[in-house]
Amino acid sequence: MIYRENGQFKTTYGADQQIFPIAQDRYLVLAIIAFAFIGVPMLADEYFFRAILIPFLILSLAALGVNLLVGYCGQITLGAGAFMAIGAYAAYNFLIRVDGMPLLFALILGGLTAAAMGILFGIPSLRVRGLYLAVATLAAQFFWDWAFLRVKWFTNDSPSGSVSVSTLDFFGWVVDSPTEKYLFCLGMLVVFALLAKNLTRASIGRQWMAIRDMDVAAEVIGIRPMWAKLSAFAVSSFFVGVAGAMWGFVHLGSWEPAAFSVDRSFQLLFMVIIGGLGSIAGSFFGAAFIVILPIFLNQLLPALGGLVGVTISTTAVSHAELIIFGSLIVFFLIVEPHGLARLWATSKEKLRLWPFPH
Amino acid sequence: MKIRSLALAASLAAIGMTSAVTSTAAFAQAKEQFFPVLVYRTGAYAANGNPWANGYLDYLKLVNAQGGVNGVKLSFEECEFGYATDRGVECYERLKGKGATVFQPLSTGVTFALTDKAPADKIPLITAGYGLSASQDGSVFTWNYPLLGTYWVAADVAIQHVAKQAGGFDKLKGKKIAHVYHDSPFGKEPIPMLQELSKKHGFELLLLPVAHPGVEQKATWLQIRQARPDNVLLWGWGVMNSTAIKEAQATGYPREKMLGVWWAGAEPDVKDVAAGAKGYQALAMQHSAEPDAKVVKDVLAQLHAKGQGTGPKEEVGQVLYMRGLISSMLGVEGVRKAQERFGKGKVMTGEQVRWGLENLNLDQKTLDAMGFAGVMRPIQTSCTDHMGASYTRVHTWDGSKWVPGTEWYQADDKLLRGMVLSASRKHAEEKKITPRTPEQCKL
Repeated sequence: MIYRENGQFKTTYGADQQIFPIAQDRYLVLAIIAFAFIGVPMLADEYFFRAILIPFLILSLAALGVNLLVGYCGQITLGAGAFMAIGAYAAYNFLIRVDGMPLLFALILGGLTAAAMGILFGIPSLRVRGLYLAVATLAAQFFWDWAFLRVKWFTNDSPSGSVSVSTLDFFGWVVDSPTEKYLFCLGMLVVFALLAKNLTRASIGRQWMAIRDMDVAAEVIGIRPMWAKLSAFAVSSFFVGVAGAMWGFVHLGSWEPAAFSVDRSFQLLFMVIIGGLGSIAGSFFGAAFIVILPIFLNQLLPALGGLVGVTISTTAVSHAELIIFGSLIVFFLIVEPHGLARLWATSKEKLRLWPFPH
Repeated sequence: MKIRSLALAASLAAIGMTSAVTSTAAFAQAKEQFFPVLVYRTGAYAANGNPWANGYLDYLKLVNAQGGVNGVKLSFEECEFGYATDRGVECYERLKGKGATVFQPLSTGVTFALTDKAPADKIPLITAGYGLSASQDGSVFTWNYPLLGTYWVAADVAIQHVAKQAGGFDKLKGKKIAHVYHDSPFGKEPIPMLQELSKKHGFELLLLPVAHPGVEQKATWLQIRQARPDNVLLWGWGVMNSTAIKEAQATGYPREKMLGVWWAGAEPDVKDVAAGAKGYQALAMQHSAEPDAKVVKDVLAQLHAKGQGTGPKEEVGQVLYMRGLISSMLGVEGVRKAQERFGKGKVMTGEQVRWGLENLNLDQKTLDAMGFAGVMRPIQTSCTDHMGASYTRVHTWDGSKWVPGTEWYQADDKLLRGMVLSASRKHAEEKKITPRTPEQCKL
């Protein structure tokens, strides 16, 4: 009823090709963005910002990057954590070694370094594919884990191997309160999400998808697999690298290589699988599912226990959290193997017909 | 099916949302001093995290049973983070919102992450026996309290003990000492001190990292078998320790030549191997296993006898249980000291507790009266020294229990001071912190 596009006529190519052709979608997304920028800072408290929203935003950005590579180009990667680490350590080194380096440039340079490394570690994708490629990208993970633990230059000779960043100065705007950090992350995410969406709609994104669907056929119609695959690795690593730099700079403040361990790589891959491969919105759903759900469960169970007058021990809660979280993953993958994004798309489809489904 | 699952997901999310909102909104009551308890009762380090957490909680309960701190009752809440740094930070944020005034993370990774957040939030961090060694310098690290010891103290004392066994520092020359460490900031922290000592005394230092969580050590022990070091320092935590001792047994490395840091010297580390670990030594940060201490008897009589204790009764008095209990005591004493200045019977803020910790002075008489006779030696902190004491013993596993050594070691203050100062100055420069002057310290 509400969700119907009757009467929305497209008279120009521009109108036909916009990101959200249906007006309701457009307004909804604009409303969500406006709410995120204006409403959330007024409503959320510090805990929400620092423990939930900021990690969610940064990991959404990383998931977005992984989705470009895995979801759009079909190249499975298990090295996303390493590219986050490269972004973080490169940005850190640019920031402390170059005098007067602005924060934004350091982040971008961190991303570019990650992109360069992404191309390097993407080269095996020209020869191996599928699960074999996933194993090959694991090499990146282990190599960089090792490098950041062992090569003292990367960590500026810090005795414990942990590095930290002091003030975040964004062109004179000192990002230090949780609200400012949130707005900074949100701003970055909006820009990058728009970039990602447009990339996937443009020729380069179509090349990626052609490679994903059938690389031999894509080659036959004139797409260069090397260019398409390596550009996917570069762009994806750039996104992931910037996210890694933000994870270190904005969220953690000081970090050690364990913050970007192989667990992080798995986490990011699961985000895009659960959220929806080849879907921008899916990256957000996946990040929300993986980041927020465990924390909610962790707080929900004692609260539920409190309602019925039972005190649940911390151990029981955290075991239950893992059990429920695991079963939910299985549940969603059985119900909708194409991810939460497809679930969202089908519900929109149903909404269009409602209340008269045929 | 899809609609149903969607509805289910939506309702679940809604419940989660409301519960999270209500739980963060529920602040601690006005008349109670809130103690956050960051624990890891699950995960790779649970075996060691559990007794620590139980001891920590039991002491808070004991204080409550005895009437609180000048009448102020203590409230507490656990938050499980499974030794994961990001979940630890989440726990910190969650419990901070409930009025926390002092944090003890029991994880070097989380300590590093919180060191930057604590000054902004005005909450002191107690890292009894771990954390950043340079944070002993309170003029730069205003909010960090590595009470009772740091890894640099541990490294120095470990070498002192090795030298003593060898018959003097001059005997160290030409010896090989292997440092088998958990490959994380925890294990790397003592390396600068060990290198300094190796230069000074002329022994050769072998650095052998072990990847987290430490169950795979075959390669490390192969290296030990080849290099045949005279001594092995074991800098592990959790499952890494028992694995190392098993590997030592398998490769035939004498357990008497192994010396663990104080995080590698508790019951969970050796009880699997039991007799096989006989002769294994570890540093004891002041206390060892203390089943006969008065405070332990108090806990048993006033809590466990009434069914209010935390965890199994057998654990009370074990090494890590005592570590938790003493950590908890230090926090409580910080609050008590703060009350002396800012008003007895009042709930202290984070800043006031910080003052209390900085002016902590527990002499032997006070400690004995509190039931810590034979367990602890005096501790006195100041603005420039946030550690307070560096007394360390060495205890030995006799196959069934830890036997404390009789000799008390102390870190070489001159060496330690120099290293701490140069590291803290470097930190201050990087972070653009101006060290506090003696006048500012009095505030």
